[in-house]
Amino acid sequence: MRDLARDIVLGKTRAIARGISLAENDSLGREELIDLLHPHTGKARILGITGPPGAGKSTLADLLIAGERRKGHKVAVVAVDPSSPFTGGALLGDRLRMQSHAEDEHVFIRSMASRGHLGGVSRATVDAIKVLDAAGFDTVIVETIGVGQTEVDIIELTDLVLLVLVPGMGDEIQAMKAGVMEIGDIFVINKSDKEGADKLRTEVEYVLGFKYAHEMEKMNPVCMVSAKMKQGLEALEEEAEEWFQHLSLSGLLEQKRKERIQKELKRIFSAKIHELLDKKMDFYNNVEEWAEMIYQKKVQPYRFINESLHDFLKKESE
Amino acid sequence: MEEFKKIKKAHDQWEETTVKKVTSRFPERKETFVTGSDIPVERAYYPASFDEEKWNEEIGFPGEYPFTRGVQPTMYRGRFWTMRQYAGFGTAEESNKRYKYLLEQGQTGLSVAFDLPTQIGYDSDDNMSIGEVGKVGVAIDTLKDMEILFDGIPLDKVSTSMTINAPASVLLAMYIAVGEKQGVSRDQLRGTIQNDILKEYIARGTYIFPPEPSMRLITDIFEFCSQEVPKWNTISISGYHIREAGSTAVQEVAFTIADGMEYVNAAVKAGLDVDQFADRLSFFFNAHNDLLEEVAKYRAARRIWAVIMKERFKARSSKSQMLRFHTQTGGSTLTAQQPDNNIVRVAIQTLAAVLGGTQSLHTNSKDEALALPTEDSVRIALRTQQIVAHESGVANTVDPLAGSYYVEELTNKIYHEAMAYIEKIQEMGGMVKAIEKGYVQKEIQDAAYRYQKDVEKGERIVVGVNKFAVKEEAPKDLLKMDPTLREIQIKKLAHIKQERDNEAVRRSLQNLEEAAKRSDVNLMPLIIEAVKGYASLGEICNVLRDVYGEYRESIVL
Amino acid sequence: MKEKKLRILIAKPGLDGHDRGAKYVARALKDEGYEVIYTGIRQTAESIVKTAIQEDVDFVGLSLLSGAHNELFPKIVELLKENDAEDIVVFGGGVIPEEDIPFLREKGIQAVFTPGTPIKTIVDFIESQRND
Ligand SMILES: Nc1nc2c(ncn2[C@@H]2O[C@H](COP(=O)(O)OP(=O)(O)OP(=O)(O)O)[C@@H](O)[C@H]2O)c(=O)[nH]1
Ligand SMILES: [Mg+2]
Repeated sequence: MRDLARDIVLGKTRAIARGISLAENDSLGREELIDLLHPHTGKARILGITGPPGAGKSTLADLLIAGERRKGHKVAVVAVDPSSPFTGGALLGDRLRMQSHAEDEHVFIRSMASRGHLGGVSRATVDAIKVLDAAGFDTVIVETIGVGQTEVDIIELTDLVLLVLVPGMGDEIQAMKAGVMEIGDIFVINKSDKEGADKLRTEVEYVLGFKYAHEMEKMNPVCMVSAKMKQGLEALEEEAEEWFQHLSLSGLLEQKRKERIQKELKRIFSAKIHELLDKKMDFYNNVEEWAEMIYQKKVQPYRFINESLHDFLKKESE
Repeated sequence: MEEFKKIKKAHDQWEETTVKKVTSRFPERKETFVTGSDIPVERAYYPASFDEEKWNEEIGFPGEYPFTRGVQPTMYRGRFWTMRQYAGFGTAEESNKRYKYLLEQGQTGLSVAFDLPTQIGYDSDDNMSIGEVGKVGVAIDTLKDMEILFDGIPLDKVSTSMTINAPASVLLAMYIAVGEKQGVSRDQLRGTIQNDILKEYIARGTYIFPPEPSMRLITDIFEFCSQEVPKWNTISISGYHIREAGSTAVQEVAFTIADGMEYVNAAVKAGLDVDQFADRLSFFFNAHNDLLEEVAKYRAARRIWAVIMKERFKARSSKSQMLRFHTQTGGSTLTAQQPDNNIVRVAIQTLAAVLGGTQSLHTNSKDEALALPTEDSVRIALRTQQIVAHESGVANTVDPLAGSYYVEELTNKIYHEAMAYIEKIQEMGGMVKAIEKGYVQKEIQDAAYRYQKDVEKGERIVVGVNKFAVKEEAPKDLLKMDPTLREIQIKKLAHIKQERDNEAVRRSLQNLEEAAKRSDVNLMPLIIEAVKGYASLGEICNVLRDVYGEYRESIVL
Repeated sequence: MKEKKLRILIAKPGLDGHDRGAKYVARALKDEGYEVIYTGIRQTAESIVKTAIQEDVDFVGLSLLSGAHNELFPKIVELLKENDAEDIVVFGGGVIPEEDIPFLREKGIQAVFTPGTPIKTIVDFIESQRND
C-alpha cells in the first residue's frame, strides 16, 4: 500500500487509476491508502458541475479543461453517471465529450458509475477526489447529475459548484423551488444560443434577488454560456476565479472545508456503526427470532431493543 | 364502392371459415409476421377500396408525376440500368488495372473507392494515416495519383462515380484537371460525386469540417457545376450508409430525403434557383433481403421526393421532381459464415433494386464481409446483374409489381411513416439541428439494437449464422494488401513535392485561404488552380481546417 | 464476497467510422451488467491506451472495419506493455479475415470476434478471463 501511495503522490497515472479503483471496489487497504494520502491532500481546487441530464455539463467540463491547461494547470475530472438499477451495468458517456484531451498527459479523466447511489455521488467519489488531490492535480472537476436526495451532496465535497441550467426544461421555476437553487455558487445558463435563455436568466435572477434582497453583494453570479458555440467561457472562468479568491481570502474556504470534514466524520461514524451492528450482532441471523418474540408478545419491544443494544455495547468495549 | 364491400365481406368470411379451419389445427409459424423493418404483415391482401382519383395521384404511370412507378416511361425497355461496381484499392496503378479489367468485362461505368485518409483529407504521410493507406480504396495524395488512376481511360467515354464527401471539391477538381490533360472539356465529363456530408455525420463518419462550412462547399459545387460541368451529378444523397448503420427501411427513406431537403434549402438560400440545380441531385439507396418491402421503399421514396419538390420547393421542371437513384446491395446483410450463400442474397437484392426501378446498381461480392473482393467474386457479382437483366424477364415491363395489393399497401405505409419522420425533423429546424441533437443517430441506433437483439434471441433467422451453421474451414484466396503501400505512397508524394513549383503552390493555397474566409466567392476555381499545381489533398484540406475548424461528433448512446 | 464489477473500454482506432458494431457491443455489455466506456471514432493508439489506463479497465475491446487491424491492434498491445499495463486484456472485432487471427493472437490480442458473433460468446470470454 505504501508503494501505491508513493506512486500516487508521484503522480503516476497507473497508480492513480488503481487507487481510485481500490476505493470504488471498497477493496482491502482502502482506509490505509486514504490515511497515507491524507497529508498530501488539500492543495487542489475542487470544482463541482451539476445540473439536469443533457444540460451540457460534460461539454462545459471539456472547455474548462482547456482553460485550465492554458493556465498551465494539471486537471483531473471525475464524471459520475448512473448505473442501471436493473442490471447494475453502466454506459459511461461523459468522457466522450472530453476525449480530445485523451493524449494530454496532464489531464486525467475518470468515469465512475454511481453503483446504486442515488444521484451518483458516493463515498467512492469522495475518495477519488482525495486520490487526485494527493496526486498533485491543481484542479479537480466533479461532474454529477444528482441534486438532492443523494447520499452525499455535491456541495459537500467541492469548493465551488457550477449549477448548469438550460432553457426549455419545462417549468423552470418549479425546479428552483425544489431546492435546486440552494446548491449553486455560480449559476451557469448553458445553451444560451437557444431560445428562452434570456427568460431563464431573468427568472433565476429574480429568485436569487428575492433570496438576497438585503445583501445583494452576496448574490451568486449568473453566467450566460454556450458551450457549443464556445461563448461566455471567459466570463465564467473569471467569475469562478473571483469566487475562489473571495472564498480563500475571507477564510470561507477553510471554513467550508472544515465543515466538509465534520459532515464526513458524522457520515463515516454512522456508517461504521451500521457495519458493526450488521456484523457483530448477527443481526440478520437473529432478526427472525426477535420478531417472533415480539409477535408472540413475549417481550416489550423497546425494552428489548434497549437491553440488547446495551449488552452489545458492553461486550464490544470489553 | 359496392363492389369493394362485397370483397371485404368475402375476405371476412374467408378468415372465419377457410382460414379458421386450418389455423385451429395447424397454427401459423408465428403469431405476428413483420417485414425486415418491423412493419406488420397480414395474412393475405385484397382490394379493400379503389379510388380512381387517388390512383392517379399516388401511383399513376411511369415517367409522370409523382413518379411512383419510375422516372422514365420506358425504363429498362429502353436501356438497362448502369452496372457499376465499386472498386479501387491500393495504389492508383493497381486500381487502374482493375478498372480496365471491369470495362473489358462489360461494365458501363466506373466507381471509385478511396482509402480513408483520402476521404478524411489526410495525405498518406500524415500520422493519422498509419495503417489505413490503400486499405478500403485507392490512396490519392496529388493530381499525379489521379492521372495514373485514369491513365488510358478516356473520360469522355465513361461515367465515373466517386465515393468522396468532405473533400469532394478537391477530387472533382482533380478529375476536371485530368480531363483537361486528356483534352476532354468540362461539359463532356459525366459522373457523380457522393458529396453528402450529412449522412457522414449521421452514419459513416468521414466528416472533416462543421456543418455550416461543409454546406457552403457543397453549394459552391452545385453552382460551379451548373455552369461548367452540366452533366455532372453534384451529389448522391445517400441512404445506403444510414441503412448499413442499422436503420429501418422507413428511416432510410425519411432521413435521406430530409438530408436532400437540407441541401436544397442551403442552395436556395445561397441564391440558386431550384430548377437550376435540382435535376443534378441523385440518390443512393441500399437493397436488403426483404424483397417486397425494398421494392415498396423505392417506390415510396420517389413519390415523397416528387411531392416535396413540387409542393414545398415549387420546382417546376419535372426533372427536378424525379428521384433518380443508385443502389448497392446491403453489405451488412452479407455473412462471413458460408460466404457462398451471399451470392443468393445478392441476387435477391438485385431483383429488389431492379423491380424498384434503380438507375444504376452495384452488386456486392460474396467475400465482402471478409476483405476486399477478389477478381473472381467481383465477376460473379457482375454476372448476377447480367442474369437478372437478360434472363429473368423482369426488365421487360415497367414496374411489374404495381397493383400487387401487398406492394401498394406497403408503399403507402412507408410513404406515410417516412413523411411523419420528415415532418418531425422539419419541426426540429431541419436535419442539421436534428443531427446536432443526436436525434437521428439515436433513432437509428435503437433500431439497430432491436434488430441485433432479435437475431440473438433467434427471433430473426440469419441463415448460416444463428441457424443452419456448419463448421467451416478458414476461407482462402482473399485479396491481401501490400503492407509497404504507405511507404511507396509517401515516397511518391515526397518526390512530387520536390519537383513541383513550390512557390506557385504556396500562392494558390494562400489564395484559397483568403477566399475561404469570405462567403461571396466560389471556391471551386481556386481549388482547381491548387490541384493543377500539384498541391496535395492534405495541404488543401489543412488550409480549410485552419479556416473552418473540425467537426466533433455528438455521440449518443 | 461480491463479485468485482468489471470495467470495459470499447474503442475505435483508426479512421473508419462504422460504429454500429462497437456501439451495439457497448450497449449490450452494459445490459449484461458491465461498466462500459466508449471512446468514439478516430482514436489514436496512444489515446486509447491512456484512456484504458486512466479508467483502470479490465478489458479493451477494439473495433475496426477498415482492414488496418494488423497494424493498429498490435500497436495498442505494445503501448499497454510499455506502460506496465499488460494485465489489461485486449480483444478485437470487426471485418477481420480468419487468416489474420493467428497473427493477432500471437501479438497479444486475446480473442477476435468476427461479425455475427453473439454477445453471449463475448460475455463467456470476459468471464473466463475474470481474475479475482
Ligand atoms: N445548442 C447547444 N447545445 C449544447 C450546448 N452545450 C452542450 N450542448 C449539447 O447538449 C448535449 C448534451 O451535452 P453533454 O455535455 O453531454 O451534457 P451533460 O449534461 O454532460 O449530459 P449527461 O452527462 O448525460 O447528464 C450534446 O448534444 C451537446 O452537444 C450549448 O451550449 N448549446
Ligand atoms: Mg455528461
